[in-house]
Amino acid sequence: MVARYTTAQRINHWITALCLILLALSGMSLFHPGLFFLTALFGGGPATRAIHPWFGTVLLLSFGILFVRFFHHNLWRREDTAWVGRIGDVISNHEENLPEIGRYNAGQKLVFWLMSLLILVLFVSGVVIWDQYFFNLTTIPAKRVAVLAHSLAAVAIIGVWIIHVYAAIWVRGTMHGMMRGSVTPGWTFRHHRKWLRELARGR
Amino acid sequence: MTDLQSLDLRRRSASEDTPPSIRHQPEVAKLIDVSRCIGCKACQSACMEWNDLRPEMEEFVGAYENPHDLNPAAWTIMRFTEWEDEAGNLEWLIRKDGCMHCSDPGCLKACPSPGAIVQYANGIVDFISENCIGCGYCVKGCPFNIPRISQADHKAYKCTLCSDRVAVGQEPACAKACPTGAILFGAKEDMTAWASERIDDLRERGFDKAGLYDPPEVGGTHVMYVLHHADRPSLYAGLPDKPRISPFVQIWKSAMKPIALAGLAFTAMAGFVHWVVAGPNEVQPEDEAKAQDILKHKDRT
Repeated sequence: MVARYTTAQRINHWITALCLILLALSGMSLFHPGLFFLTALFGGGPATRAIHPWFGTVLLLSFGILFVRFFHHNLWRREDTAWVGRIGDVISNHEENLPEIGRYNAGQKLVFWLMSLLILVLFVSGVVIWDQYFFNLTTIPAKRVAVLAHSLAAVAIIGVWIIHVYAAIWVRGTMHGMMRGSVTPGWTFRHHRKWLRELARGR
Repeated sequence: MTDLQSLDLRRRSASEDTPPSIRHQPEVAKLIDVSRCIGCKACQSACMEWNDLRPEMEEFVGAYENPHDLNPAAWTIMRFTEWEDEAGNLEWLIRKDGCMHCSDPGCLKACPSPGAIVQYANGIVDFISENCIGCGYCVKGCPFNIPRISQADHKAYKCTLCSDRVAVGQEPACAKACPTGAILFGAKEDMTAWASERIDDLRERGFDKAGLYDPPEVGGTHVMYVLHHADRPSLYAGLPDKPRISPFVQIWKSAMKPIALAGLAFTAMAGFVHWVVAGPNEVQPEDEAKAQDILKHKDRT
């Protein structure tokens, strides 16, 4: 087996994931009246309103560590542009037509950077509308902009999250990497051949 | 803040259902004749008295206002403006500030909690505290900067137009207390008619820009002002010249809600369709074999 994630990295990822799910559920409940019933999961409306920003704070810290761990693996490389150019082959499972890629492909890198950007936007706009503690820091017109930016970024990040989760289900063997830390050599050969060659050389 | 005996609702926050509406109820309005106000603050005292509110004692901030701004325990305050007209005459403009009870209430539109903000058939906009979650969206929705969130119980408060008194046929406490008749209460139609007489009177006496403040941008209000300078409402301690619900709030609360949910549902469905059409991407036995070749013969890259 090929080691892909350490135990610490996996725990870090799953804390972030749990926070994102809790944030999506509590946030959506306050976004659309049709989903207000979701506040019951958090102990009612006032409790949901109170706890949502704390989930966000934990997520920011957790993702911040994740970012430091992984950003250097997610720098853009020449083969990533070629990979994006062959997105049709990616979607239709014709991986034989794709360039050899390293530890992460361009899709994974885009998810990483979009998550980073959107979390930053969500946190900053979230603080602006965290009225319980920070009401006096900003003006009401600023809060109106922030509340719209917060909801737009939230919808975008949930969309990115759906793509992230589906890709993990679609590409078989991926989930094992994040659950148990390892992937098979065949999986690595098929999806991240350049990384496999690097591993073989470095051994 | 209301009792529930007179719940004849026209609108309810965060709710799709249409409230029953076959009963006829005339719209009410409070008319504040700024030109008659002497700034005695009897209305403020009456409001505190009727609603059992005791705002905290504050420091003097260099103006006659006390407290210096609306707060969860001060639902109406007198605002004082010293203004010199073009001829250099000083005018002391005194405006009783508080909820305007908009026909198109920004607070109610922004509220995410079903039934936390209601508009009665008579036009009064009221906060139902037990449904309030303290999110502060009403603060962002309001074009007049009225609602205040209490740090004691994290609920929003503002003038109720004494909905409890109105429900049993009484006028609001502030109108009851006003010694000069500057605050009148009745059917909106009657208040508008009365105001136009008063405006004619003011115009005859030299205030040729006198007029009624009933801004159409928010569908009209159920608290109206007679202003001697109706062409410049902002003279009166920043009363908005053209109040409107912020476009940011409008986008957030109208088009965006269905588009966002549809977009996310579409993304999830696209994943499902992809699975059905293209299927999973599975590692083949030859992948494992070729991987072993690479791992065993490191030189063959």
